[in-house]
Amino acid sequence: MPFARLVEPTRLKVVDVVAEALAAVLARPGRAALTALGTLLGVASFVAVLGLTSTASGQISAEFTKLEATQVTVEDVAANPQPNDIAFPDNAEQRVKRINGVNAAGVYWTGRGADHTVSARPGVARSDATQGIQVYAASPGFFKAIHAHLATGRTYDAFAENTQQRVCVLGVAAARELGISDVEQQPAVFVDGKPFTVLGIFDDAERIPESLLGVFIPDRSYTAAWGSPKPGTVAAHMVIDTRLGAADVVGDQVQVALRPDEPTRFQVNVPLSPKELTRQVNNQLQGLFLLLALICLAVGAVGIANTTLVAVLERVGEIGLRRSLGARPRHIAAHFLAESAALGLLGAMAGTSLGVVTVVAVAWVKSWTPLLDPVIVLPAPLVGGVMGLLAGVYPAWRASRIEPTEALRR
Amino acid sequence: MTLATEPVINLQQVARTYTGPPAVKALANVNLTVSRGEYVSVVGPSGSGKSTFLNVLGLLDRPTSGRYLLDGIDGAELSERDRTALRGRRIGFVFQAFHLLSHRTAVENVMLPQLYTGMPRKKRRRQALDMLERVGMAHRAEGQAGQLSGGERQRVAIARALVNGPSLLLCDEPTGNLDSETAATVLQLIDELHSQGLSVLVVTHDSGVARRAQRTVMIKDGKLEVQLHAVPAFPEEGP
Ligand SMILES: Nc1ncnc2c1ncn2[C@@H]1O[C@H](COP(=O)(O)OP(=O)(O)OP(=O)(O)O)[C@@H](O)[C@H]1O
Ligand SMILES: [Mg+2]
Repeated sequence: MPFARLVEPTRLKVVDVVAEALAAVLARPGRAALTALGTLLGVASFVAVLGLTSTASGQISAEFTKLEATQVTVEDVAANPQPNDIAFPDNAEQRVKRINGVNAAGVYWTGRGADHTVSARPGVARSDATQGIQVYAASPGFFKAIHAHLATGRTYDAFAENTQQRVCVLGVAAARELGISDVEQQPAVFVDGKPFTVLGIFDDAERIPESLLGVFIPDRSYTAAWGSPKPGTVAAHMVIDTRLGAADVVGDQVQVALRPDEPTRFQVNVPLSPKELTRQVNNQLQGLFLLLALICLAVGAVGIANTTLVAVLERVGEIGLRRSLGARPRHIAAHFLAESAALGLLGAMAGTSLGVVTVVAVAWVKSWTPLLDPVIVLPAPLVGGVMGLLAGVYPAWRASRIEPTEALRR
Repeated sequence: MTLATEPVINLQQVARTYTGPPAVKALANVNLTVSRGEYVSVVGPSGSGKSTFLNVLGLLDRPTSGRYLLDGIDGAELSERDRTALRGRRIGFVFQAFHLLSHRTAVENVMLPQLYTGMPRKKRRRQALDMLERVGMAHRAEGQAGQLSGGERQRVAIARALVNGPSLLLCDEPTGNLDSETAATVLQLIDELHSQGLSVLVVTHDSGVARRAQRTVMIKDGKLEVQLHAVPAFPEEGP
């Protein structure tokens, strides 16, 4: 008769292993807490670091204004610009506005190269001319593209541009300098002695704030009066206002829309997307802190390994007893593995809670919105459990090799 | 032969030599048969080989030569797995040092042996409580083992030894850590268990303890001398 049928082998159910491990851990809560402290701190710092960086960068994303996210600028970067070539075609504005997602666009260049004199009266000597005022040539869409807010009057339109009318729009600082506050009487500004009728004054511009010091003349009126800007002295720019989220797509299409023949002539500046910005912030901050958290976790694992090994030596009698009751070496190993895993798991669970509380508390103090990725929070306790399990491998192996006769000798 | 007529213990020329250095012949050519329901005590001076003998009987140790049949099953032919199973299911151990888990309750300690039989927890608990009742410890079932008195601990340990329904109760100095009054109650309990049909083998220094058995065998220098119903005379002890 086979012996296996005479005596049924002993076995140990997984649920019983778990129950025994929990009972052993809870039998000495103080010791368990101290053992799990390293894992607790490691996991807590892990969760706190990741949570705080994501919260902080979430804050940056929130403060990353719509204004910056919807601005595209285009510059002429030609190596050898030809005379009378301002790079942007006459109908640049119309071409760009046809791109899906564009709200407004304007071409502009400063008249600095022409070194204009500006005054409110005709026939003023250069030396007496008002200082600090800048003359710009700008296409009509420019004002909408920089979110200019009119204090009085109106801006010029495509008709005024096409008919090369001698009109202008003033920034509020330039208007104050020139002593003009009212456009009802159709006052004129003299640029190099040429009169330009003031149509309106704007008192605020969200983009290109220096435009408040500017005298803006329709681009074609400017070229009619002074010709195109001298190459190499002045570069023309374009500023584009896009719909939220469209900046990248618009940026991709602008060059071809402007100059299908020579798209590389332009450099297009699109805003950093909030996602990219977040990544930059994360990369800078997280690396070091995560390294510290990892060290903390490793120290925690060593702590568990050490305590479990001490427990094995301390509980030699218990091991012998269990062997005498029918436990096989693998059952003994399972007991100690489960205990160290339970310690790791409990420590990591407490650590996760502590980390989450830290993030929420910091966010509350700074009145930020706490931002925690479930991909980090949910597996954190499991990571602790796995570390505990690994930490228990050597002690469990030692425990399983203890001879019951040795263990019971007292 | 059926299990009922089979002797519980059948030792034939059993020897155990510890490979030193120096090599120690702790047991030499031991022959012993213990029938079902018998109560046998083992005495002998210190270092004579009593614990070695008990380890062999309890399948914790393998004899270097000879045959040992427990319930007619030859332990030498079994794998470690089956020896462990035989030990867990057929033998109940009672130790001088009790070996209770001091941070667990009495009933949890008694539930321990059936952990390794895969029995559901509820059933284990019920049987453990029954067994505590039987040893007169039901009232302390939820008490921490570490807080029990010595006599109470040994009774809990006996309940633990009995819960798997063993063929044999092996006791190594069961009263060694108890005062004489407490020892008497524990020995009384063992007597009762024997009268209910349990096979018992007690290893002891104490002639008073040995005398309670139906039969006493004596070990000297690893050799067994059978003394039917006789009390060995130790020079330091009175009659
Ligand atoms: N693991 C071992 N390795 C080597 N020698 C051993 C080992 N265990 C016991 N011995 C020796 O075997 C002999 C018998 O030891 P054993 O422990 O069986 O004696 P005992 O009768 O139980 O003594 P006591 O009454 O003091 O407990 C002793 O000489 C002892 O030194
Ligand atoms: Mg001994």
